[in-house]
Amino acid sequence: MSLLSVQALSKAFGGVVAARNVSFQVERGEMLALIGPNGAGKSTVFNMIGGQLRPDGGSVSLNDKAITLASPGERFRLGIGRTFQVAQAFQSMTVGENVQMALISRSGENHSAWTPARDRHRAEARDLLELVGMHEAFERPCSELAYGDVKRVELAVALAGDPRLLLMDEPTAGMALRERAALMELTHSIATSRGIGVLFTEHDMDVVFGHASRILVLLRGEIIATGTPAEVRGNARVRQAYLGDLPLTAAAP
Amino acid sequence: MAMMSMTRRLILGLALATAAPAAWAQTAPIKIGELNSYAKWAAFTVPYRDGWRMALDEINAKGGVLGRKIEVLSRDDGSTTGDTTRVADELVTREGVSLLFGSFLSNIGVAMADYANQKKIVYIAAEPLTDAITMAQGNPYTYRIRPNNFMQVGMLVEQAKASGAKRWAIVAPNYEYGQSAAEVFKRLIKERVPGAEIVAEQYPALGKIEAGATVSALEQAKPDGIFNVTFGPDLTQFVREGNTRGLFEKKTVLSLLTGEPEWLLPLKDEVPEGWTVTGYPWDEITDPKHRAFIEAYRARYNDTPRLGSLLGYMVMYMIRDTIERAGSTDTAAIMKALEDAKFDTVAGPVTMRGIDNQSSMGAWVGKLKLKGAAGGMSDWKYIDGTTYMPTEAQVKAVRKD
Amino acid sequence: MDLSFVAIQALSGLASASSLFITACGLTLVFGVTRIVNFAHGSLYMVGAFTAATLVPWLLEFSFGPVSFWAGILLSAMIVGLLGVVIEVLLLRRIYGAPELFQLLATFGVVLVLQDLVVQVFGPQDILGPRAPGLRAPVEILGRRFPSYELVLIAAGPVVLGAVWWLLRRTRFGILVRAATQDRDMVAALGVNQALLFTGTLFLGAFLAGLGGALQIPRVAANTGMDLSIIAECFVVTVVGGMGSVPGAFLAALIIGQLQAFGILIFPKSTLIVVFLLMALVLAVRPSGFFGRPEILASGHAVGIVSRRPTPYGRMLAAIVLACLAALPLLGDAYLLKVATEILVFALFAFSLQLLIGVGGLVSFGHAAFFGLGAYGSALAVRWLGAPMEAALPAGLVLSGLGAALIGAFVVRLSGIYLAMMTLAAAQILYAVAFQWVEVTGGDNGIVGIWPSAWAAPRDAYYWLTLILTAATVFVLTRVIDSPFGYTLRAARDSESRAEAIGIAVRQQRWLAFVLAGAAAGIAGSLYAFSRGSVDPSLLGIPTSVDALTMLLLGGIQTIAGPLVGSAVLHTMRDQVMPVTALWRLVLGSSIIAMVLIFPRGLVGTIRYWREDRA
Repeated sequence: MSLLSVQALSKAFGGVVAARNVSFQVERGEMLALIGPNGAGKSTVFNMIGGQLRPDGGSVSLNDKAITLASPGERFRLGIGRTFQVAQAFQSMTVGENVQMALISRSGENHSAWTPARDRHRAEARDLLELVGMHEAFERPCSELAYGDVKRVELAVALAGDPRLLLMDEPTAGMALRERAALMELTHSIATSRGIGVLFTEHDMDVVFGHASRILVLLRGEIIATGTPAEVRGNARVRQAYLGDLPLTAAAP
Repeated sequence: MAMMSMTRRLILGLALATAAPAAWAQTAPIKIGELNSYAKWAAFTVPYRDGWRMALDEINAKGGVLGRKIEVLSRDDGSTTGDTTRVADELVTREGVSLLFGSFLSNIGVAMADYANQKKIVYIAAEPLTDAITMAQGNPYTYRIRPNNFMQVGMLVEQAKASGAKRWAIVAPNYEYGQSAAEVFKRLIKERVPGAEIVAEQYPALGKIEAGATVSALEQAKPDGIFNVTFGPDLTQFVREGNTRGLFEKKTVLSLLTGEPEWLLPLKDEVPEGWTVTGYPWDEITDPKHRAFIEAYRARYNDTPRLGSLLGYMVMYMIRDTIERAGSTDTAAIMKALEDAKFDTVAGPVTMRGIDNQSSMGAWVGKLKLKGAAGGMSDWKYIDGTTYMPTEAQVKAVRKD
Repeated sequence: MDLSFVAIQALSGLASASSLFITACGLTLVFGVTRIVNFAHGSLYMVGAFTAATLVPWLLEFSFGPVSFWAGILLSAMIVGLLGVVIEVLLLRRIYGAPELFQLLATFGVVLVLQDLVVQVFGPQDILGPRAPGLRAPVEILGRRFPSYELVLIAAGPVVLGAVWWLLRRTRFGILVRAATQDRDMVAALGVNQALLFTGTLFLGAFLAGLGGALQIPRVAANTGMDLSIIAECFVVTVVGGMGSVPGAFLAALIIGQLQAFGILIFPKSTLIVVFLLMALVLAVRPSGFFGRPEILASGHAVGIVSRRPTPYGRMLAAIVLACLAALPLLGDAYLLKVATEILVFALFAFSLQLLIGVGGLVSFGHAAFFGLGAYGSALAVRWLGAPMEAALPAGLVLSGLGAALIGAFVVRLSGIYLAMMTLAAAQILYAVAFQWVEVTGGDNGIVGIWPSAWAAPRDAYYWLTLILTAATVFVLTRVIDSPFGYTLRAARDSESRAEAIGIAVRQQRWLAFVLAGAAAGIAGSLYAFSRGSVDPSLLGIPTSVDALTMLLLGGIQTIAGPLVGSAVLHTMRDQVMPVTALWRLVLGSSIIAMVLIFPRGLVGTIRYWREDRA
């Protein structure tokens, strides 16, 4: 039984096909990268798994439980955590509160309307922030953080739901080079130690080939290749579609 | 530090606000509160204000009353019942006025009457016409100067008898004044014109008439008589649309207030000639005392008087007389002085009847006529209110006090 | 109902539709390009009517004939167009990037200013314009007379539609306008002179508003109430048609015209309600109207409360203020107590709105709905059930809570400007109900005789009662704001997708917020009703909603204490200024504009900013 199983997912926007018959699995502890040129349908596939988009056809199941039509909130409770392409933190809150908010929601306290939110789950929030190296910023307003730090807070928020599956849309976009590697290594170690499956999209090929355990290549809404980084690197169709005539090694600095 | 200074500022502000005007010496002016819809219903109320101001200046030039000048604190009542009691309360509790007068719209008048009763202060309703103010909602503290709906409609219905019209349609603004006038009309026309029936009733919202739709709905009922209560912009649109579609042709039309210059002037040359109306034919009044007022008003304001001008002028003098007779500004004394009081006004003698606090001021009734580029009245006469007032039994049946 | 009658009624409906379209078309064009909902559009219509009603008779004196008449109409529209340019240059171009709330408030400030200016310039009289030369006689249609001017109006709508279509499709300006409506940033990136484009659009929009108003003069007297009545209808037309869509506006105007013409026959008193119900229904089914596109929301744009560490000072200050307030009857006179009571009521009203706007980021433009429901709930209980104050106060709370639950259910499906419009519409529906259901609500008369029970009747007793209820409700609401529930609202405001991704049921939480805020506003409304002894429809009106917004803005949207301070300052100001000047609206309007432009943090926000800046 795979952690996440995607079967024949399809979606069209007014005649433009964004995803056609997309099927794949994500295993526990695995880092699966979803790549493809702009407009290949990565975000569409991603948002159908995250619950932001409703598919035209196909199914999504988590631990063999169908979640095709579940809301983002239900998916969260079932164990899907996600980060966004443009980091979406709660700008009006402190770093700590961002994580506390997720913990409050996980504990079903969203309707509690009396005791202050800031006193709840502080220790656990601190632990999670420590995990991503942000615990010293616990009381700082999130709006003051550098972008890379926001991404890390977002990761902590996503982990607060104790997810089985982590969806990361362009996790390193907008980050400095050094930060990118650090974040991905962090993610990798958390994923392996907790047995979390990670599905991510990424533009930076260094990140993809450096950190993914498996790669899925999407082109015009269809999967054209799957495999380990080495297999994908050698795939002629990928080279043709994705990079034109340029040998891949030349693309890396 | 910052906190300290803020608290101090707060306390200072509070102290300033509490420093209400201290009690004045005996020679200080007598304060009277006045409130009216000066912004929303300027057509009537601004000439009305000009009227009482003129009287006030005359009175104060002659030394005021009880050796003190009169000071009128005038406010806009916001044209809503809520604002009006708020403003009245400000005049009473902050300014300490001795009595209140004013109001234009009938619903405001009713709210003011209720307020006067609650706070036990004299209120003289100058303009509002609904019967409720002196009848069902009447109370000892509330007095009214103008002839109420019952009286004015009574005068008009009297004129309608001869017309022979039996199928009547009513158009009235959907608020206290219009509702009250329509109700009185329905009662009186059936009582006094045998065989009369009401075939259509239209109640457009005040200031929001859909003239085309209203006219075609009335047309549809094929009446031979129309009773109109609309005024202001509603009236102008109603008349124009009615003229265009021939609604008024070969029909008897009775109309409240339409002969008053404030509502006639905006009609310009589209005055519906032949309507029987109550109004104010100032241009043809010859009574010397009244004429003197008209000339003085024209000289002072370089404008022709409206009915509001006359009313404001009259009310101010009646208040002066009352205070003089009361000998003080005490509410009980003023109420005593107003009971069955007789006044000699520019419009003639007026009595404030004790049982319902309704004055016997009358109205000018006549027919509308185009005079040059604007409308006026012809075949008019001044009808004293006394004989048209509700009977004592009628009053006692509805008043709660 | 015979055929000729139906035909005449339909023609009347077409004439109204035409007039409405011409005006609404300007509003929708301006929105399409500038993304500003111009509240002052109705005021431009009013200025157009007043200008034409003054100018046309003057022109007719020179030469009587159709040429003078129509030239006068066009000239008036041009003048209004220039006024639109002035407004754009002085105000709008400074707030293109501002949050919607500020844009709406600033343009409403213009409404207030123009209301007083129109009286100053044209005088207080309603002015009925002359009839169009040559169109005085009616035409006979199926044996009935119909005003020939209405036929001209019926034609004018399609003519304007055609002209606008031509302008948008065939001229460079039009192409730019359409491009900007599609993607404003792209047009800017292409190096188009945006300032000129926006100014030109405002001229066109204002011109159309002025034309709409000027065309009315033979049938409607120019009056000072026409601005708010037309803007409410224009909102409905643009929202139903889809914001920014000219054909949408045309279709919506047609439907509304006929709905009014025939609605008056079936429900003679419910014309206002029918129109706004249409809007509510359309928005419920199509959240972006007939031809509108869903708004792309910029994230991180919301303004509102941010986390701060609780300080002991805050509590101490609150305790001191509360103690001072409780001691007020010992030193203040009757009038001060009355004003203080009203300030407390408005403070609670504004504070309840803070839960929606400052915490939830939900720009409600119809908060008066709940205030009014509370007031009417109490008043109706007194009037029809003979309830004493002790029972009538909870009745107000219940009615406003239920109303908020119902309205909230519609509203939480929407966002941004559509949400603001929908709340406005909801309040207008309630206003119409209170206004037109005369048998129950007393209509324009309102309900009088709503006085407190004997024990609470003395001013100090009623003041204390108000203080206790206000303080208790504010305390509860502050706890709610700091609680997990309040945090979920803020989370949804900061990032809706993030909030959903961590399992927050955003709509449900927002709906609960509406119920809570509505009920709190209802308490304020009930207290207000008993403090002044009466209720009337104006409690539900747009100006009441704007009052609450102004207090919020004045105090500071980012702060919890803001609305409380804002209401105290605004109400004191009103109390001091209103008696001495007839230009209160001018003062209030300019203050609102000034606040938006130079003082957007509000009083409390600015003080805190200075302190933190110094620290």
